[in-house]
Amino acid sequence: MLELQHINKRIGDRQILKDLSLTIPDHAITVIVGPSGAGKTTLLRCISGLSALDSGKLLLDGEPFDPHQRPADRRAIGVVFQDFQLFPNLTVLGNITLAPTLALKLRPAEAEQKAQTLLEKLNISNLRQLYPYALSGGQKQRVALARALAMKPRLICYDEPTSALDSGLRGRVAALLLSLKAEGITQIVVTHDQDFAKTIADHMINVVPIAG
Amino acid sequence: MWHYILAILPALLSGVQVTLVLFLTTLLLALPLGILVSLGLTSRFRPLRASLKAYVWLMRGTPLLLQLIFVFYGLPIINIVFQRSDAAVVAFALNYAAYFAEIFRGGLQAVPQGQIESAQVLQLSYSQTIRKIVIPQVLKNVIPAIGNEVINLVKDSSLVYVIGIGDLLRAGNVATARDVTLIPLVLVAAIYLLLTGICTLGLRQLEKHYRAWH
Ligand SMILES: Nc1ncnc2c1ncn2[C@@H]1O[C@H](COP(=O)(O)OP(=O)(O)OP(=O)(O)O)[C@@H](O)[C@H]1O
Ligand SMILES: [Mg+2]
Repeated sequence: MLELQHINKRIGDRQILKDLSLTIPDHAITVIVGPSGAGKTTLLRCISGLSALDSGKLLLDGEPFDPHQRPADRRAIGVVFQDFQLFPNLTVLGNITLAPTLALKLRPAEAEQKAQTLLEKLNISNLRQLYPYALSGGQKQRVALARALAMKPRLICYDEPTSALDSGLRGRVAALLLSLKAEGITQIVVTHDQDFAKTIADHMINVVPIAG
Repeated sequence: MWHYILAILPALLSGVQVTLVLFLTTLLLALPLGILVSLGLTSRFRPLRASLKAYVWLMRGTPLLLQLIFVFYGLPIINIVFQRSDAAVVAFALNYAAYFAEIFRGGLQAVPQGQIESAQVLQLSYSQTIRKIVIPQVLKNVIPAIGNEVINLVKDSSLVYVIGIGDLLRAGNVATARDVTLIPLVLVAAIYLLLTGICTLGLRQLEKHYRAWH
């Protein structure tokens, strides 16, 4: 369980998040909605350690959690970026095995074998030798998800997972997230898409813009 | 004519050697120096950034020929004396490092911030991120521009003529003046074409290698 307590965050001289407290329960999908500019991406960046909090704290299972200051804490959070940010200089397999070999110090053979299992689970094992430029949006997203899952995070964050995809793929993304939920993976999803949100959400959190 | 060519070839080849040594030493010094300067140009430390900017501005804004003359004939006036060949290397390395630095800076800025953040959430360390993600992408970005400069360097090396270094061009010019024939200059042109041709081929191979991932 991830708890956010009294989070404040300003960017420049604008207050983006103000005294925000919320709880992300385990093994469920928490959907974050809110108008454009409300601070949803900012919230994900704080959770994943990309941005520092101005004040407030994060607790993971009741323990203090600080992915911004403590790199080791980042292990717990996986991120699927809105534009995926696959590494263009590495193949699909290279994208997935890079962090496990470098950060978790897995032997390459072991990392590859685990990557293969993930690729099969996500139905993309035929893509393993391709470079990202050759993938469609939906394929890139699956690779980004496999890359995040390879680090065995406690929790996965998605920023607008349907925004870069054909609307026909929405159903498949929803099915994918629900299948991960069935495996007990905790997920946080930021989305604008009401229908998509209703299909997947166990909990909804509404982020509202701060006036001024 | 073949007889004549064979007779002047040793002199031309020793000129080629001088040209190649200057070319390689310049690259060996100017490439790493250029990388360091480009990192300095993107640094957050303002005085460093400002002085490196001034250096690049000076090197790119004045003729290389002037810089060469300045180092060899000018600096001795204030008691800084270089050997001929050292003067050439100093002037060329400083000049080319400035061009390389600008190219590397552009290549560095073309790597999206998202790539670095992506590496960060995957728990890669700073040096792992630089080595595995940033450098390969920068190299790919800069190879065509660096390649142009490398080929320019082959030709620019002939400027050392002005400080009396016996490079390829001088060897050809000496023979032409002595024997009153165009053959040496034609040979010199052919050798320059060969050298730039080899560089072009090498660069094309390198580009092909990087084209695998677009
Ligand atoms: N790097 C930045 N510099 C300045 N302002 C920023 C920066 N990042 C975000 N902001 C501002 O912070 C506010 C919240 O941005 P954020 O990206 O979190 O919104 P969002 O809810 O994700 O919006 P959207 O739904 O459009 O993605 C916006 O007003 C934005 O202009
Ligand atoms: Mg956003």
